[in-house]
Amino acid sequence: MSIAGISPLTARTGWFKLDKLGVLISLVALAGAWLPFVLFRANRIVPGDPRPVTEALPGPWAALLITVLLVGLLAALFRVAPGVKLIMGLVVLGSLFVLLGLSANFLTPDSDSFARISPGAGFWLLLLAFALLVTDALARLRLRPWVRIAILLGVVGAMVLLLGSGSFNQVSTLKEYATRAPAFWSEARTHLALAFGSVALASVVGIPLGIWCFRIKRVRAAVLNLLNMVQTIPSIALFGLLIAPLAWMAANIPGASALGISGIGTAPALVALFAYSLLPIVSNTLVGLLGVPPAAVDAAMGMGMTGRQRLLGVELPLAFPVILTGIRIVLVQNIGLATIAALIGGGGFGVFVFQGIGQTAMDLVLLGAVPTVVLAFAAAVVLDALVETTSRGTRKP
Amino acid sequence: MSWGNLVRLLALGVLGVFLAYPEAFAGFFSLFTKNNQPAIYNQGNLLDITLNHLLIVGAATLAATLIAVGLAIIVTRPFGAEFLPVSRSLANAGQTFPPVAVLALAVPVLGFGTAPTLVALFLYGLLPIFENTLTGLTNLPPAVTDAARGMGMTGWQRLVKVELPLALPVILAGVRLSTVISLATATIGSTVAARTLGEVIIAGLLSGNTAFVLQGGLVVGVLAVLIYDGLAALERRLTGRMGRLPS
Repeated sequence: MSIAGISPLTARTGWFKLDKLGVLISLVALAGAWLPFVLFRANRIVPGDPRPVTEALPGPWAALLITVLLVGLLAALFRVAPGVKLIMGLVVLGSLFVLLGLSANFLTPDSDSFARISPGAGFWLLLLAFALLVTDALARLRLRPWVRIAILLGVVGAMVLLLGSGSFNQVSTLKEYATRAPAFWSEARTHLALAFGSVALASVVGIPLGIWCFRIKRVRAAVLNLLNMVQTIPSIALFGLLIAPLAWMAANIPGASALGISGIGTAPALVALFAYSLLPIVSNTLVGLLGVPPAAVDAAMGMGMTGRQRLLGVELPLAFPVILTGIRIVLVQNIGLATIAALIGGGGFGVFVFQGIGQTAMDLVLLGAVPTVVLAFAAAVVLDALVETTSRGTRKP
Repeated sequence: MSWGNLVRLLALGVLGVFLAYPEAFAGFFSLFTKNNQPAIYNQGNLLDITLNHLLIVGAATLAATLIAVGLAIIVTRPFGAEFLPVSRSLANAGQTFPPVAVLALAVPVLGFGTAPTLVALFLYGLLPIFENTLTGLTNLPPAVTDAARGMGMTGWQRLVKVELPLALPVILAGVRLSTVISLATATIGSTVAARTLGEVIIAGLLSGNTAFVLQGGLVVGVLAVLIYDGLAALERRLTGRMGRLPS
C-alpha cells in the first residue's frame, strides 16, 4: 500500500530534529510525572491519598526513576533509531513496574495487612506514554514473526519473574489475589476452557460449513444471513436465552447432564461463544476459498486431481491464511467476551470484574481485567505471527 | 416493493406496536414465564428505555465518526504521516480490551450511569471507522489522484473534492459496523447502571425470567438488523451516485 505524496518514513534525516510522536509522548509523560504515582489507602474502602513520585519512593530510588524517565524522554523526543527507542521504552516500562512494587513495600507500614497501595493516575499515564513509544518502535521496525514472539515471551517471562519474586506482593491487586488465589486459578482455567473450547468447536463446525457454502452457491446467502442475525443479538441476551433450552435438555435428555450440560454455568456460555464464533470462521473460509487464483485450480484440474484432492491439496492450503485470520478474530473476541459469562454463573475472569463493580473495588476489577487483556493481547501477537508466516509465498489478491 | 423490504417494514411495525403497547404481547411472552412472573418488563417504560438506548448509541457513534475520520485524515496527510504506524498498531491493540473491563475501569473516574457507557462505546466505535477510513483514503485509484494533482488542485481541494467522496462508501461501511457493534455492546452498559435495554435483560437474568431476557434481546436484535439494512441501503445509493471504487 502506498500513500501518494508522502515521503517514506525511513527518509527522516537529522537526529537532532524533534520527533512529532515523541512530543506527544513527552507531554503525556510529563503529565504522568506530575500526577500522583501511587495511591495510599488505610484500608480497602476509604478513598485514596495521592503520593507523588518523590514521596512514593525512598530518595535514591526516586532519583533513579526520574533519571530513567528523562533518558526515556530524550530517546522519545529525538530521532534516534527505532531499535534504541524500543530498548529505552522497554527499560522505562520495566523500571516503572519494579519501582511500583518497591513503592508498595516502602509505603506499607510494618505488619499492617489493611493498608492498600494502588497505582495512581501518574503511573498509568507514564505506562501509556512509554507503551506508545514501544508500540511505535515495534511498528517501524517491522520485525519478523518469530522475533515478535520472542519479545512477547521475554516480556511474559519478566512478568512471571516479577510476580514470582514476591516484590509485587504489597500492591493492592496482588493483595486481592492473595485472599483468593485458588479461586483465581480455577476461574483462569474456566476462562481458557471457554475461550479456546468455543473457538475449537467453531473451527470444527465452521470450516466444513464454509466449504459447503463454497461448493453450493444456493445455501450461501441463507447461511451467512442466519449467522449475521446471531451476531446482532447482544451477548448478555444470548447467554440468558440459552439457559432455558439447556436446562430442558439437561432434564429431559438422558446423559446430557452427565456431560456437564446444565441451564446455568459453563454450558450456555460455551454455546453462546460458539454461536458468535461461527460467522467470522465461515465467512473467512468462504472468502479464502473464493480468493484462490483460478489458474491454480485449472492447473490442479489439468493434472487430473479429483475434487477432493483439489480441495485438500490446493484450495484449502491456499485459503489457510485467510481462515487463520478468522480464527484470530474470534479467539481475541472470545477471550474478551468470556468475561460476560460470569453474569450467568459461567465463571471466568469476569467473576472478579463483576464482584469488583459490585463492591466498587477497582483492585478487584483489575484482578479480572488485567489477565484478560494480557491473554487477548498475547493471543493476537501469536496468531498474527502465524498468519504472517503461513501467508508468505501465497499471492495476495 | 421487494419481499425483503416488506419483511423489514413488517418488523418495524411490530416493533413499534410492541414498544407502544407492550401489554398486547403479554400472552406471547407469558409462554416463557414460570410461577406467575410478570410477562412484560415492569420496572420502566420500554419505549423510553429503547429511545435512551438509541440516543446513547447515536451520540457515541457520531462522536466516534467525527474523531475517527479526522484522525484518519491527519495520519494520511504529509504532516501527520509519522503517526500512521503507531495509530494502526493502537487500533489493533485497542480491540484486545474487553468492553466490561473498560466500563468497570471508567466507573471510578466517571461514576455509575450513562457516562462510562458513552466512553466505552465511543472507544469501541472508533476502531472500525478509523480502519475503514484509512483503507478508503489509502487505496484510491492512482489515476484519479494523479489527475486531481495534474489539474492543479491544492491538498485541501483534493481531500474534499476527490479523496473523501471516493472513500465515502468504505467510510460508511465502517460507520455501519460500528453502529451495530455499539447497539449490542450498549446492553453491557447496564451492568454499571446505564439506562439501556441491557437493564431489561439483566432484570430477567437476576430473577430467572426468560420473558424479560427475550424482550430485551429481541428489541436490540431487530433494531440492529433494521439499522444495518438501512445504512447498507444508504451506502448503495451513495455508491451508485459516486461511481464504484475499483477494488
